[in-house]
Amino acid sequence: MTRTRVDFSAAVENEMEMTLPALSVNEGMARAAVAAFCAQLNPTAVELADLKCAVSEAVTNCIVHAYRESAGDIRLNVKLCEGRLVQVEIRDRGCGIPDVRQAREPLFTTDAQGERSGMGFTVMESFCDSVKVHSRVGKGTTVTLLKRLHR
Amino acid sequence: MIQNKSRVNYETHGDAMVIRFSGEIDHHSAVDVRTGIDEKLMMERPPRVFLELSGVEFMDSSGLGLIMGRFALVHRYGGKLAVLDPAPAVQKILLLAGMERMIPIRYSTKNQRKEGKGQ
Repeated sequence: MTRTRVDFSAAVENEMEMTLPALSVNEGMARAAVAAFCAQLNPTAVELADLKCAVSEAVTNCIVHAYRESAGDIRLNVKLCEGRLVQVEIRDRGCGIPDVRQAREPLFTTDAQGERSGMGFTVMESFCDSVKVHSRVGKGTTVTLLKRLHR
Repeated sequence: MIQNKSRVNYETHGDAMVIRFSGEIDHHSAVDVRTGIDEKLMMERPPRVFLELSGVEFMDSSGLGLIMGRFALVHRYGGKLAVLDPAPAVQKILLLAGMERMIPIRYSTKNQRKEGKGQ
């Protein structure tokens, strides 16, 4: 499922972990927290905006799809690694994705009624260097975003 | 810091309604503002609708759904809808989704120089 292989043997220099209930009001909190934590690497405004957008997509997927607007926890883990590499892991224990390849296709959505555009994974892929999806039906999904900051 | 609040205000110029968004558009705020916008549109049925996005500080793919949904609604009653003056980060995601092939994106004179910058 990995699109771009990133050598992930880089040493972790700093790490943050937070758990949030799957409430839509927390979408803004999640992306703001990740952005605030990454600010220590002095990313450009565009890099930060891209990362916030990708995190927002993953967290929204947990709320809309994994838990289908019911209660559950979203776990966020952010690692800042050697070589200005940022890894963000977004994990839920929701319903899981039966067909990850299909879910990643642009415009594919199971919730057209809710005006979902089907562009969530496409946005993550465009705004990050790598997007890994590990999902098990009935167990949950982990999305791992990797983004290398320049300079 | 936590501000996934989108504010919406309306202006009417002749047969055109300008719906101006500010703040952040995500799933949370899109669901929040959607009903109010639709009620206003269905009540007034303006022939031309502009979604003005120059004051939007953040938008993810939920914003795409919000725009497409309003486009479909306006189209259904026989009106036309365009996006007006998207902020650079908004323009980036609109182009990524190929939105311009479906919905016109317009730039008013005061924001003309922003056009094409995309960043």
